[in-house]
Amino acid sequence: MDLTINGTSHSVDLPDDMPLLWALRDGLNFSSVKYGCGIAQCGACTVHIDGQAVRSCQVALADVWGEITTIEGLGTPDALHAIQAAWIDHQVAQCGYCQSGQILQAADLLARNPAPTDDDIDAAMSGNLCRCGTYPRIRAAIHSAASAMREA
Amino acid sequence: MGRARTIARRSFLIGSAAILGGVAFGAYFVTRPTPNPLLNGLAEGEAALTPFVKITSQGITLIVPRADVGQGIASTQAMLIAEELDIDPAMATLDPGQPHQAYFNAAVAAESVPFPAWDHGFVASTVRDLMGHVARLTSSQFTGGSSSVADLHETLRLAGATARETLKAAAAARTGIPRSEMRTEGGHVVLPDGNRIPYTDLAAEAAAIDPVTDVTLRPASEWTRLGKPYQRLDIIAKSTGTQDYGIDVVLPGMLHATVRANPGRGGAMAGYNADAALAMQGVRSVVEVNEGLAVIADNTWFAFKAAEALEVDWLPPDYPASSAEMWQALANARTDAFRNSRLRNDGDIEVALNGATVIEAEYRAPFLAHAALEPLSATVLVDAERVQIWTATQIPAVVRDAAAALTGLDPSQVTLHVLPAGGSFGRRLDHDYVVQAIQIAATMPGTPIKTTWSREEDMTHDYPRPLHMAVGRGAVGNGRVLAYDLDTISPSLISSWFGRIFIVPPGPDTMLVWGGYDQPYAIPNYRVTGYAAPPMVPIGSWRSPGACSNSFFHESFLSELIHAAGADPLEERLRLIADADSRRVLEAVGQMSNWAGADIGPGRGRGIAFAHTHGVPVAMVIDVTMTDRGIRIDEVWIAADCGTVFDPVNAEAQLTGAAIFGLGHAMNCELTYENHAVQQTNFDVFEGMRLHQTPRFHTRLLGLAARVRGLGEPATAPAAPALADAIFAATGQRLREMPFSKSVDFA
Repeated sequence: MDLTINGTSHSVDLPDDMPLLWALRDGLNFSSVKYGCGIAQCGACTVHIDGQAVRSCQVALADVWGEITTIEGLGTPDALHAIQAAWIDHQVAQCGYCQSGQILQAADLLARNPAPTDDDIDAAMSGNLCRCGTYPRIRAAIHSAASAMREA
Repeated sequence: MGRARTIARRSFLIGSAAILGGVAFGAYFVTRPTPNPLLNGLAEGEAALTPFVKITSQGITLIVPRADVGQGIASTQAMLIAEELDIDPAMATLDPGQPHQAYFNAAVAAESVPFPAWDHGFVASTVRDLMGHVARLTSSQFTGGSSSVADLHETLRLAGATARETLKAAAAARTGIPRSEMRTEGGHVVLPDGNRIPYTDLAAEAAAIDPVTDVTLRPASEWTRLGKPYQRLDIIAKSTGTQDYGIDVVLPGMLHATVRANPGRGGAMAGYNADAALAMQGVRSVVEVNEGLAVIADNTWFAFKAAEALEVDWLPPDYPASSAEMWQALANARTDAFRNSRLRNDGDIEVALNGATVIEAEYRAPFLAHAALEPLSATVLVDAERVQIWTATQIPAVVRDAAAALTGLDPSQVTLHVLPAGGSFGRRLDHDYVVQAIQIAATMPGTPIKTTWSREEDMTHDYPRPLHMAVGRGAVGNGRVLAYDLDTISPSLISSWFGRIFIVPPGPDTMLVWGGYDQPYAIPNYRVTGYAAPPMVPIGSWRSPGACSNSFFHESFLSELIHAAGADPLEERLRLIADADSRRVLEAVGQMSNWAGADIGPGRGRGIAFAHTHGVPVAMVIDVTMTDRGIRIDEVWIAADCGTVFDPVNAEAQLTGAAIFGLGHAMNCELTYENHAVQQTNFDVFEGMRLHQTPRFHTRLLGLAARVRGLGEPATAPAAPALADAIFAATGQRLREMPFSKSVDFA
């Protein structure tokens, strides 16, 4: 089976019913995609498929319908995405384990809604659990990223 | 030989500083220098100037032995060294090092003695210092108790200063220019003519000379990094998906495993049938491990599916099977036979209550999971000569010794790669998951195997926060609190947890009454009694252990008495507290929140709580509003004093994060048991706080307290009672049992 991840084609020989999460983590060593719950309750495994945020633990390999973007496809330490830059400016991360999922979920929100209110952010982000409690800074970083992206 | 002698003297310097203000008893033995672990394996031309700084021609490595479980301590440790060493810590390599007694933790042991942290009297201080020496002798190198900054802030700065001055001495020896005319900057010694010699270029010469021992720490006024906002060293990696955690280790030829353990923790296994599991795709083998079975497979998903297919005949453990029976066992333990401590007994409580109108209330706190977002995991490679372990742990020396015991190798043949953790909250103060991973890897010598627990396994086999209850009795008069008696009852955390990883220390279980007996109130008749209930489910240390429940009991009951007395909750607390640090945080939170009583208008309420835990006084005010969707937390004000703040951006994150941890669990979470098994096995029914429930925070760190303390835990304890108090102000309903969602709805 071929998967396009961050613009590059990858071939995997894994069962159709394997969740995309495990194909990415153990099959292709995309360790930025995190396992947290396996039942779409924490958002740590969030990736984009054709630009839409999805829980990769709930997408069977055979059902992948488009190009996959992981956080590496959003931006890198040398070429940060505006959302990542805002996450760094606000020093959001504590343990950081949920943050790739949080950032990809925020990217989905800002693509649909360039000027979200606090209520919009609550609605879009409440499926992404952060056990360290970085939520106040997540809110602030999304507002900063939204302004930076509008001005860009 | 020359180098060994030199290093020993440098180690002595570090040791001496760490025990300033020492103690007379056993001074010679306990002040003997500890060996420098960096001496082992040094190549020619490398210099290990202290146990914390290693310089080679290739670069500078800072040893940061306290585990980073998200609290940012790797960064803080590096900054403490860098401030005196004059380097950009982002240019250095950070290494957690190998477990070693040079990295012992004195502060944790010091806070385990039965004296309140605000008691700085002679006896209390002497016993604390003695306990520090005990920790040193037993090499108890663990990360916990909000102790890292308290324990290491002087040691690490001294390490940086010693290395800096010795490098200058090496430059002086090379150039003939006096050391006093040198300065340092950006990892270089700068000569009077402006020429710069990189530290890396001086490493070999520095190793060959006597160290400079007469170093003085720079005053705070000269700091260029500490105390100022700086960027966490891991923040870019954690914002770009490039931070690898324990669970992310990939090794050539690595296999994947998972565990299926008895859902009744501690019960045995009568038998099993693995035929179906072994027939599944990608499965290599099924092996017996502590507490159950493990599946080794080609992929974690294959292992998870096969583990579900195992047919196992589990036997029940020997404690009560249900939450209802466990609550009853707790209630039954409130008798003299189970009395464990009475560390607070001021005035005469019986006389004070006799004939008075006694106010009585019972409080409950449930079992809670740690549920760090990164499930427990460890990767192990065993061969005839060596064990290698990659994992996130707060107790590296315990893991090393367990690996040696399990494999029959010497501890020196164990290499431990400590990786960052995706959270912990106390869970990684146990090493059950590493023991299983070692047992699994030992069945396939030469093959690295990563063991990953499923979320369900992680929740079912946590060592949870213990079930805890309390009964308060008190009396008021003339607008004041006159008598306060609190009985607090829980299984002994120290017996359960210390019994697993160390040895059970003698004396009362102080953790059982933390947040209860040790609060700085001067109530005329004031008694706090701890009762240790019989063991139940094995329990563990959960962020702010003891205090996370006792503070809810203690402050909630105090609020009830203050209300009955008709006093103002802030004014009465100030009247009852003499400790200056504690008074200041209460006054500060009053100013920050424009405190004018609990009534803030219809449909709203304001609550307050105070807790002195881990040596840090914290005062918290919370505003709530009743909405048509339930109670909403609007604002939280936090004032605290941990003494000097080295890392202000992270300190604020720890205050708000700890408060969110305390609030989210108080609102929404419990573990309950039926048939010995946990009934909440994933985040659908154990959510903590989510973003939509998160209030706005306003924090202030006063920086006036004399003793330096850590902030990972202290804001957890007062969160639940402050919220309960606010809900009472808004609704008139006293919430005496967590989670509050059993009694009220939240928006």
